[in-house]
Amino acid sequence: MHNIFVPQQARIVERIQESNTIFTLRLQLETPEHHQSYNFQPGQFNMVYLYGVGEVPISIVSDPHDDTILDHTIRAVGRVTRGLSALGVGDHVGIRGPFGRGWPLGDAIGKDVLIITGGLGCAPVVSVINYILRRREQYGRMIIVQGVKHADDLIWRERYEQWMALKDVEVIMAADVGSKNWPWLVGRVTQFCTRIDIDPEKTIVMMCGPEPMILASIDCMLGHGVHESAVWLSMERNMQCGLGQCGHCQLGDKFLCKQGPVFNYPEVKHLLGVRHL
Amino acid sequence: MGHSEYYYLQKFSLFLTRCCCKKLAILCGNKLRNSLCGVSNQQPVTTIRVNPVVDIREYTDFLEHNNFQTLIDTLKLAGYRCIGPVIKDGAIAYEEIDSVSQIPFGITDSQQPGRYSLQPSQFAESDKDKRYFSWANGPQNLKPLVFSPREKLWSVRRTADGTLAFEAAKPESQPAAVLGVRACDAAALALLDKHYLNAEHPDPFYQVYRNNLLLIGVNCTNPAATCFCVSTGDGPQVKRGVDIVLSELDGGFLIKVETEAGRSIVDQLPIQEASSAQWDETTMELEHAASIQTRKVPLRNLQPYLMAKLEHPRWSDVAARCLSCGNCTMVCPTCFCHNQVEEVALDASKSDHYRQWDSCFTQGHSYIHGITIREDVLPRYRQWLTHKFGNWHEQYGRSGCVGCGRCITWCPVGIDVTEELRALTAGVVRA
Repeated sequence: MHNIFVPQQARIVERIQESNTIFTLRLQLETPEHHQSYNFQPGQFNMVYLYGVGEVPISIVSDPHDDTILDHTIRAVGRVTRGLSALGVGDHVGIRGPFGRGWPLGDAIGKDVLIITGGLGCAPVVSVINYILRRREQYGRMIIVQGVKHADDLIWRERYEQWMALKDVEVIMAADVGSKNWPWLVGRVTQFCTRIDIDPEKTIVMMCGPEPMILASIDCMLGHGVHESAVWLSMERNMQCGLGQCGHCQLGDKFLCKQGPVFNYPEVKHLLGVRHL
Repeated sequence: MGHSEYYYLQKFSLFLTRCCCKKLAILCGNKLRNSLCGVSNQQPVTTIRVNPVVDIREYTDFLEHNNFQTLIDTLKLAGYRCIGPVIKDGAIAYEEIDSVSQIPFGITDSQQPGRYSLQPSQFAESDKDKRYFSWANGPQNLKPLVFSPREKLWSVRRTADGTLAFEAAKPESQPAAVLGVRACDAAALALLDKHYLNAEHPDPFYQVYRNNLLLIGVNCTNPAATCFCVSTGDGPQVKRGVDIVLSELDGGFLIKVETEAGRSIVDQLPIQEASSAQWDETTMELEHAASIQTRKVPLRNLQPYLMAKLEHPRWSDVAARCLSCGNCTMVCPTCFCHNQVEEVALDASKSDHYRQWDSCFTQGHSYIHGITIREDVLPRYRQWLTHKFGNWHEQYGRSGCVGCGRCITWCPVGIDVTEELRALTAGVVRA
C-alpha cells in the first residue's frame, strides 16, 4: 500500500535570513533519486514537516529546472513556522508534495507579465519573478507592482532594490502611508495601477496578496481593457492534507489545495469580496 | 408544530397501517404531512415527489424471525465480523454482535429537534408483533467504519544524528458485515466513496476499510419526525449501494439480493419463497413511511440560491442560536473534514502523526498564518450549510445531505436545517 501521507526526509543545505521574520530554507531530498525525479511548477507548494510539531503548506520558490535544490521562503508566524525558523544547516525536515496547480508560465511566453503583490510580500509570485528572470528572452516586459499599507511594512527590500536595478524589469512601489525611509510612491497601489502603460492584448496579470488589494487591482486591470481570463491569482486557506480531502482549504465550491492555489480570475470571481467566506 | 400533536397524529397513522386500513393510513399520512408543513399549505409542492417503491418483486425470499440468527452465523462462518444495531447509552449504535438478541427488539425511537429517546414500540404487545428494526436511526452511521475518528497515518523516529526515519502506518482491517444499513446511510457512503476514492489520490485507509465491508440494508418503515430522506431522494427504501436488502414484516424479512457477495450469504439461509401478499404489505408500509415524513428540503439543488444569499439576515439569526459545538458535523454521515495532529513521545525520540475528525465549526478550521478567517459563528454556520446543501453539487454532483435528520436531533439547541433552508430561500424557492 502506497501511503500518500508520509513525508520524505529533506536536509537543510542553506538557510537565508530574508528579513526579521522571513527566512528561506534551501532543501535537498535525502534520497538523491527522489530529488532528481521531483518535478514541480512555480506556484505549487509542499507540505513542510517540522519534527514533532506538524506540517504547513509552503510555496516552492526555487527554479523547477534546478534539480539540486528546493527553496521554501517562510514567514515565522505560527507554531510550525516559528519552529522551522529555529532550524539550521544540516537539520532535517519532512517534505510532501508538490501539490496544487501552479502559474500559467507556458501561456505567458511571449507576453508582457504584470505581477501585482501586496501586504507583507508574497512568496508565490517570487517564484514567477525568479522563473522569468532566468528565461528573460522568452517573455515581453516584466512589471512588478508592490503595495504596502505602511512604508515600514515592506520586507524583502533588498530584493526589490535588486529587481529595480535590472534594466528589463519595471518595479513600482507604493505605500499608503510613507515614511522618511520610503523613497517611492505614496498612495494606494491601485491609483498607480491606472497609470501603468500596458498593452491589454499582450498582458498577462499574476497577483497575490490581501483580498481588498486584489479586488481593486483587478478592477484597475479590467479598466485597462485586460481580459478577465488573462488575470491569475494565488489564494490561501488552511491546508492539512494537500490532496483535497481534509476540507480545510474550501472556498465556496473550490478545494484550493488541488484546484488552486493559482486560479484564473473567472473561476473564483463569484467567491471574492465576501467577508469571512 | 407541537410535539404531542405530531406524535399522536403519527401514531394514529401508524396504528391504521398496522391494524386496519392501509390505504386510509397512507391518505392519513399525506394529510398529516400537508397539515404539519405550514408552508406547503400556502405554496404548492412543485419540486419534491414521494419516491415510489420499486422492484418489490425482486424481494424473492423470506426469512422468518425465528431463523434470523442463521444470518449472523452464516456471516461469521464466511469470515465477517458482524456489526449491528445495539442500544448504547440510551441510543441506537452499531457494534460487533454475535446474536440477534443484542439487536433492540420491539424498540422504537422518538426524535425531535434536540431530543432523542428510545421506548418499547407501543404496537408490539406480544413478541409476534415485535420487530428488530422498528426505529429510524441513532447518532452513529457508517462513517466511522470507513473513515476512522482517529487514524494513525505514520510515525517518525529521530536518530541521534538528527535524521528522520518515517514509517507508514497500515490500516488493520478484517471483513465486516454491517446489518441494518439505512437508505440514508447507504447513500451517504456512496458520497464518501466519491470524496475519498474517486480522486487523483484515493485514500489508502478508506480504500482498505471500504473493500472489507459487506452491507445489509434494511428498509425503513419507522422514519423519525426529524427524517426527510424522501425529499432528498434517498429513502426510505434502500435502492442501491448494499449487498443485500431486507424489508421487515411481522414475523420475518423479505430479502432482495444485490451482489454476488450477498448471494453467497443468502443461498445458505433457510429461506422461503416470498408471497405477493408480503410484497403488497411491504409496498404499503414503505409508502406509508414515505408519506408520514413532514420535513423536507425546499429543493434538491440549492447551490445557486444559497450562494446568492450569503448576506441574508437569517444567517445572523441562526448564528445567534448556534453554539458552534460541531455536533451536527460529527453525526452527519457525509461530513468529511479532518485535521492532522502530532503525538510526540515524552523523550521526543518518536512522534506519531494522526488524522482525526474536525469540524468547520471549530476556530482552528479556518486558521491561517495568525488569522482565523471564520472567526464568528455566522460564517461557520454559513460555510456548513452552503457546503452541505449547495457546493456539494459542484464538487460531487449532488447535495451532501441524505435526509437522515441527525443534525436536527443531535443539535443541543434544536436548530432544524430544513427550517433554516426554507427561511433562507423563502420567496426564491417554492417549498
